[in-house]
Amino acid sequence: MRLNRFREKAMQGVFFLTAVTSIAAVVIICIFLFYNGVPAMAEIGFFDFVGGQKWAPTNVPASYGIFDMIIASIYVTAGAIIIGVPIGILTAVFLARFCPAPLYKVLKPATELLAGIPSIVYGFFGLMVVVPFIRDTFGGFGSSWLAASIVLGVMILPTIIGVSESAIRAVPESYYEGALALGATKERSVFKTILPASKSGVLAGVVLGIGRALGETMAVVLIAGNQVQIPHSVTDGLRTLTANIVLEMGYSTGLHRQALIATGVVLFVFVLLITLSMQAIKSRSEKRG
Amino acid sequence: MANSDNIKNDAALVDVSQIKAINKVSFKQRMKAYKRKPLSLVLLILVGLAAAISAAALIFIIVYVLVRGVPNLTPELFSLEYNSDNVSCMPSIINTIILTLVTLVISVPFGVGAAIYLAEYAKRGNKLVKVIRTMAETLAGIPSIVYGLFGMLFFVYALNWGYSLLAGAFTLAIMVLPTIMRTTEEALLTVPDSYREGSYGLGSGKLRTIMRIILPSAMPGILAGIILAVGRIVGETAALIYTYGSATGYAAGPFNSGRSLAVHMYVLTNEGLHTDQAWGTAVVLLVLVFAINTLSAFVAKKLGNNKR
Repeated sequence: MRLNRFREKAMQGVFFLTAVTSIAAVVIICIFLFYNGVPAMAEIGFFDFVGGQKWAPTNVPASYGIFDMIIASIYVTAGAIIIGVPIGILTAVFLARFCPAPLYKVLKPATELLAGIPSIVYGFFGLMVVVPFIRDTFGGFGSSWLAASIVLGVMILPTIIGVSESAIRAVPESYYEGALALGATKERSVFKTILPASKSGVLAGVVLGIGRALGETMAVVLIAGNQVQIPHSVTDGLRTLTANIVLEMGYSTGLHRQALIATGVVLFVFVLLITLSMQAIKSRSEKRG
Repeated sequence: MANSDNIKNDAALVDVSQIKAINKVSFKQRMKAYKRKPLSLVLLILVGLAAAISAAALIFIIVYVLVRGVPNLTPELFSLEYNSDNVSCMPSIINTIILTLVTLVISVPFGVGAAIYLAEYAKRGNKLVKVIRTMAETLAGIPSIVYGLFGMLFFVYALNWGYSLLAGAFTLAIMVLPTIMRTTEEALLTVPDSYREGSYGLGSGKLRTIMRIILPSAMPGILAGIILAVGRIVGETAALIYTYGSATGYAAGPFNSGRSLAVHMYVLTNEGLHTDQAWGTAVVLLVLVFAINTLSAFVAKKLGNNKR
């Protein structure tokens, strides 16, 4: 009997420990990134690093400014949002309110498959199909802000569709019925009552999509051109924070390497901010619901 | 009382087919409504168009990759040896399988254990549970390149494992932990409370109830989550380049470097010399990932059947 009791307690302890791993993981990740990245920021000078417009790590003297890449990451994410969000939300509306049942059985798994395609395949596809298309149609090198935005826009579709659809489905049917009974058309009822009511859920999906677009690496590195610059037109190339890490980590040493880790820290902080705002949106919608 | 009985009886006598529904909108009426509110028609078209674009994107990508890739699925692509003339993807396939297994061995006990704690032991509204959930969500949001960076700093350099199977597997294990945790917890929560009560009623303790009753009935859901994690592992690139490395041979030991299939494809694409083989590899990768996703959905469906 006592042995049993001991076993119960011991296993509870084990389960508890496994549950705490996720906390430990986040803490260790934070410590290691900041420990390795912050000294470089200090050495370069925080404002020279984040605000500097010259990235020339192999020059003598070297300069490490990532401002252009921060802007590039924001530009690419914005482009992906402009392309992905309207299509994603409207597709979610279609799936939730307009889709005939037989079509739904095909379309829903299709959107999930879109999420399953590895990012390297997206990148390769972009390089082989989207980049030449842009080169032939709009001129320039093809590898560009526009190419990255299009591919990323498709990549964030499943995230936005999935989250938005469940948010739309969570709205009480009575909202819709009420609008219909007042004589509104089906479309009006959906767009004027259901969609506004599912606002915070849809927003959560968009924020999640922003996080994915910001953190995407392999697709972007293949199709964005990777020039360190602030693009003047959509057909100009750019280099995101993520691409910078992948491109140069292989051969970097010393302060250059630390500067790349610091680039990762900046990215990490961005993503943490997004996660936090995501959680804020969620808890707000839970309180209301 | 008698009155309502009468009504009920009358209702039973009415022939249903005779009833004319007044809330049914005919096509003509709908067109009339659209004429009055053209915006509604525009919205309908937009919604349909968006769905068509989403579907078209998927079909276009898949068909294009298949058309360009399938002719390149030559026997040489799957020969056992990799060399610079014949960039066979066989070693990377084997490496991917080993990497997946090792990653699962590390992450599944932690993920499932954590989910058991959250679903079965933790009290509702516990502060710590909230923190754990927040942290798991944070983990889920971290981009894979940051995982790669961390894995390189911690496993490759701090622990001095070098580019190795273990470094790659541990990095990925942390990455898929939130996926396994969440899906397992959801599966545990679908087990009806009556199972737990029945088990306690027969005199078994909490541990036995969890191991013998709850885990088995939640198994399909847990499996579906694990298979989903496998899909992520197979498709992952950014987290592996600087942890597992990109050596071309078989990773024979835990401290050997190797390249997974996705990394292999990245290297091929980057070099730009073997585009045909890259198309072929893309097909292999797509087929693998889709098979894994389908399997996951199939297993998850089984859970739904069990519940009934």
